[in-house]
Amino acid sequence: MDVLFLFGSNPTEAHPIISLRIKEALRKGAKLVVGDPRKTWMAKHADVWLNLKPGSNIALINGLIRVILENGWENRDFISRRTEGFEELKAKGWEYDLERVEILTGVARERIIEAARLYSHAGNAMIVYGLGVVEHSTGTENAMAIANLALVCGQIGRPSTGIMALRGQNNVQGASDLGPLPATLPGYQPVADGKAREKFEKAWNVRISPKAGLKSVEMLDECSKGNFKGLFILGEDPAQTDPDLHHIWKALDSVEFLVVQDIFLTETTRFADVILPGASFAEKDGTFTNGERRVQRVRKAVEPLAGMAEWQVISRLSTLMGYPMQYNHPSEIMDEIASLVPIYGGISYARIEKEGIQWPCPTKDHPGTTTLYTDLFSRPGGLAKFVALDHQGSGEVPDEHYPLVLITGRIREHYNNGSMTRRSSGIAEIAPEELIEISPEDAETLNVTSGDLVKVSSRRGEVSVKAKVTNRSQAGNVFMTFHHRNVLTNILTSGHRDPLAGTPEYKACAVRIEKL
Amino acid sequence: MNSRVTINGINIIVKGEKTILAVCREAGIHIPTLCHDERLEPYGGCRLCLVEIKGTARPLAACTTPVQDGMEISTESETLTRLRRTTLSLILSNHPGDCMCCEKAGDCDLQELAYMYNIEPGEFAGEKWDLPVREDNPFITYEPNKCILCARCARICNEVVMAETIAITGRGFYAMPDTAFRKARSLENCEFCGQCVSACPTGALTDRKGRGRGRSLGMKKVKTTCSYCGTGCNFYLNVKDNRVVKVTSDYDAPVNKGNLCIKGRYGYDFIHSPDRIKTPLIKRDGVFHEATWDEALELTAKKFKELVEKHGPEKVGGFSSSRCTNEENYLLSKWVRCAIGSNNVDNCARV
Repeated sequence: MDVLFLFGSNPTEAHPIISLRIKEALRKGAKLVVGDPRKTWMAKHADVWLNLKPGSNIALINGLIRVILENGWENRDFISRRTEGFEELKAKGWEYDLERVEILTGVARERIIEAARLYSHAGNAMIVYGLGVVEHSTGTENAMAIANLALVCGQIGRPSTGIMALRGQNNVQGASDLGPLPATLPGYQPVADGKAREKFEKAWNVRISPKAGLKSVEMLDECSKGNFKGLFILGEDPAQTDPDLHHIWKALDSVEFLVVQDIFLTETTRFADVILPGASFAEKDGTFTNGERRVQRVRKAVEPLAGMAEWQVISRLSTLMGYPMQYNHPSEIMDEIASLVPIYGGISYARIEKEGIQWPCPTKDHPGTTTLYTDLFSRPGGLAKFVALDHQGSGEVPDEHYPLVLITGRIREHYNNGSMTRRSSGIAEIAPEELIEISPEDAETLNVTSGDLVKVSSRRGEVSVKAKVTNRSQAGNVFMTFHHRNVLTNILTSGHRDPLAGTPEYKACAVRIEKL
Repeated sequence: MNSRVTINGINIIVKGEKTILAVCREAGIHIPTLCHDERLEPYGGCRLCLVEIKGTARPLAACTTPVQDGMEISTESETLTRLRRTTLSLILSNHPGDCMCCEKAGDCDLQELAYMYNIEPGEFAGEKWDLPVREDNPFITYEPNKCILCARCARICNEVVMAETIAITGRGFYAMPDTAFRKARSLENCEFCGQCVSACPTGALTDRKGRGRGRSLGMKKVKTTCSYCGTGCNFYLNVKDNRVVKVTSDYDAPVNKGNLCIKGRYGYDFIHSPDRIKTPLIKRDGVFHEATWDEALELTAKKFKELVEKHGPEKVGGFSSSRCTNEENYLLSKWVRCAIGSNNVDNCARV
């Protein structure tokens, strides 16, 4: 028996082609466990739906681990050979008896027991998780809790097992791999590491600051205090897609000099001093790295509308600032990357002409890596470490003034700020407007039916939006996307963030709904 | 387990369980098919892939017959050609002969096979469908008269997408793929992934947005990677006169194997949207003015240099983009670290 455990992910909407692979597995007899507060397509088709309250991920996983340990379903051989810190985890798991977990999560104990049984008894079990796990103030710990579960059952390091994080954007993997992170140089080489710095200093012929920079959210915080002076924003729309928009608008208004490069005018370009035209993916050569670390070609089909692609613009800007960059083609940039980034060491345009390669690919004759951690984990000593974690809950929880939890996310037809999909004919016709998904129970209490206009308010602001009554929402939870410029959902979302990663709590904030 | 078979007199060793069709395709032996699609379960509907097996009384469908050790298979013979020609003639007896203005001409499996087997139209007379073209939604045009009932559309919709939008409805001569109660496609009953279009071997289902914008043979096809979510689907941008007019499947793509969703297949018009920013813009007194690249980049370089000199590099930084390429992300981080001099560079992974 094979098992898929889908956690905080709605792939039929957000990753439709991944959902086809999951559906294929279901047809072949795999069992499906879904952890999600929303009754998604996958939740409806699941063998077990763990309908947890938003923000209770750690309590739920601790409960699953407790059931597994209680019944002796753990993989003792794997735990002793490949992990450390099991005793701490065991002690912590023991604190989460099902009576307590039922209260914290709202999930019936029978479901938790059945999910634990399925996952631990699987020949191969894979956990697929999405932003429902990480976009919480405990996001990093939520992901660690998932790792605990996989390690307890030894479901990692073999094909068709492990943990797959579904990446939300086309090249979020590659963007993280190749340097735009404040504490790491390209290839996750720490700026604090003198040897790594030395390598890049030699290649780039410049001295690199050993001091980690600020995260994007921190740069904006500094902007709003008047402490940050110059910002270049490439292809991003924080004035629509970041949380607590009033804070973001103040930040973008306060920075002395703002340059934004994008293909369309957005909420963010309003604040710019200089707007530079971007080139779409159809207008340039390059590579994207997908969620399974596969480096694939992007090819120019038409000329850049404004004459230059971003790689050319950055090179010219840098040269004008006294640091010359000279590349004739993006393949030359990839060759430079390969020479400095060991996990991309064997990648070249010639090698990925026909089919992409999955990193780590350290040398020109290395075939790439499909399965990670087959022998060792990427820690000193190669053992995985259990981390004992406690339930903390969301940064903002419902109360008498704001009694509902707003979950935000995507629908299949649109993408993020909607600047591309709203301009694609047909899509704009069939999905023209924002709708708030309300459960039948809450709709009755509020005397709201589908199509009614409602006011949604949080402690930070309010928006007006049409209601859609659906059992996709459970009582107490409502759902909105952030695709539409005329309903800026992120006015409502909160400033709570994960203290480690800085990721905002998009998946839970307290709101009130009034019929208009 | 390996088996040894002979195909058209050539000895072939087959690893594992495979159909005759799969073995022939791997060996480069052409067998005509209309109902077969690598993404679907074998169907055995069109009867064009018939092959002869020594010791078997009648021809068998290669797509549904597994190879067995010792099989001696012939994929071509006078009998097989006669059978295939009859089948094709029967299909064409209820098919409009309007190839000259059909959207699918040049990329149509039926047209190609009719040419290959030299089928004269009108061999079998009889009743013909005469149904109107259906364009009840923005994405998919349905010309039922061109349907050959291979059921690939209904099968991909139910087997692969599990959307259950279309099924074969009606009986006998009146059987055809359709939505429940022939309702117009809307988000209530359809995902608009266009998988049915990608599976259709004739002009029955076509991409409405690309119709009349150029036929397959006149297109430059550029293989690339989708720019929406992080799955990494490959497809072909179909380009004519420096414009992307259509997206078509790449059936060899390692991740998506020809499958696409609504955004991948139909979310491309933004490329040529009149709203695109065409020149740099500089804000003066609260109003944006068009500028040249030189003006905009010189101003940007000058301001950033001034700010670094006045406030130090720690007060300046950049956001890179998960929407841009690896090469551009690398360069932006290099620009912040080398031209600005701080590590204030991040990308949108955390938000």
